[in-house]
Amino acid sequence: MRLNYPTNVKIVKVPCTGRVDNLLILRAFESGVDGVYLAGCLEGECHFLRGNLRAKKRVQYVKGLLDEVGLGGARLEMYNMSSAQGQRFAEVAREMTEKIRALGPSPARKKKL
Amino acid sequence: MIVANRKTLEEILGMLKPYKKVLLLGCNECVTVCAVGGEREVGVLASEIRLARAKEGQEIEVKEQTLERQCDHEYIDQVRPFVGDYEVILSIACGAGIQYVAEKYRTKIVLPAVNTTFLGVTLEQGVWSERCQGCGECVLHMTGGVCPIARCAKSLLNGPCGGSSNGKCEVDKDTDCGWQLIVDRLKELGQLDKYEEIIPVKDWTSSRDGGPRKRIREDLRL
Repeated sequence: MRLNYPTNVKIVKVPCTGRVDNLLILRAFESGVDGVYLAGCLEGECHFLRGNLRAKKRVQYVKGLLDEVGLGGARLEMYNMSSAQGQRFAEVAREMTEKIRALGPSPARKKKL
Repeated sequence: MIVANRKTLEEILGMLKPYKKVLLLGCNECVTVCAVGGEREVGVLASEIRLARAKEGQEIEVKEQTLERQCDHEYIDQVRPFVGDYEVILSIACGAGIQYVAEKYRTKIVLPAVNTTFLGVTLEQGVWSERCQGCGECVLHMTGGVCPIARCAKSLLNGPCGGSSNGKCEVDKDTDCGWQLIVDRLKELGQLDKYEEIIPVKDWTSSRDGGPRKRIREDLRL
């Protein structure tokens, strides 16, 4: 489709969002990213049956952890889309970028001297 | 297994305030099964601590190590080579493990990352429920395999109280009445006559009320 989406989005491919563990998300924030989002299959259409539902629960849980830590759960989101929905993918990338820009850089980012 | 709850991050960060080098010790047994202190949870807690400190602009080094158990010397000894490099040990094992680590490393401050609660079972993934209180005098043969001490809120020994209604305990609408469970089970087993056998007044000295307990097997001592 050759659609444009913001360059600050780094894609990490996984076979299923169900593979994403709580720790993976936290380590991403530790490495200095400002926001994380999971893009999984539409609910009810997970290729591996329930992986995206597991991911949804984990995202909810980690949002709570991020609130406790002080980074704010708003920096983490779960999105659902079909792999055929290129437009939606670009739309989500833009939406999330706007959202994170509004929140500002992650307070856990190491200050560059 | 022994089930525990993680202390709040706020409480743990409070305990860690003066320190910059922390050894976080997990345990591969009970706390892994109840998803509070195993390797994964050690990783998550270490991440949370580092993120919270980074937010404050303070550095902290958290070494993550998960031992097989913290209630046996041989496993605790495995950290001896590097324990000296850390200011404090934060243990995410059950109370027994935390104390044993403190006993073995006398010059180190050992902090608890969990509140140890009960002896229980896994009802389903993510749900653990209390079954035993270690009273030291088991009567499960008289109650169809359901414990009146652990599952009755009042630990009654001979039948339900007036607070039992629709099989639930008056303490909480989600808590089953232990005695309802016992009677139902005895019926299923065709052992209702056991219900009429009086269990005498309990001698609590076999329980914690008799003081800290010890078990010795002379034939196993070297």
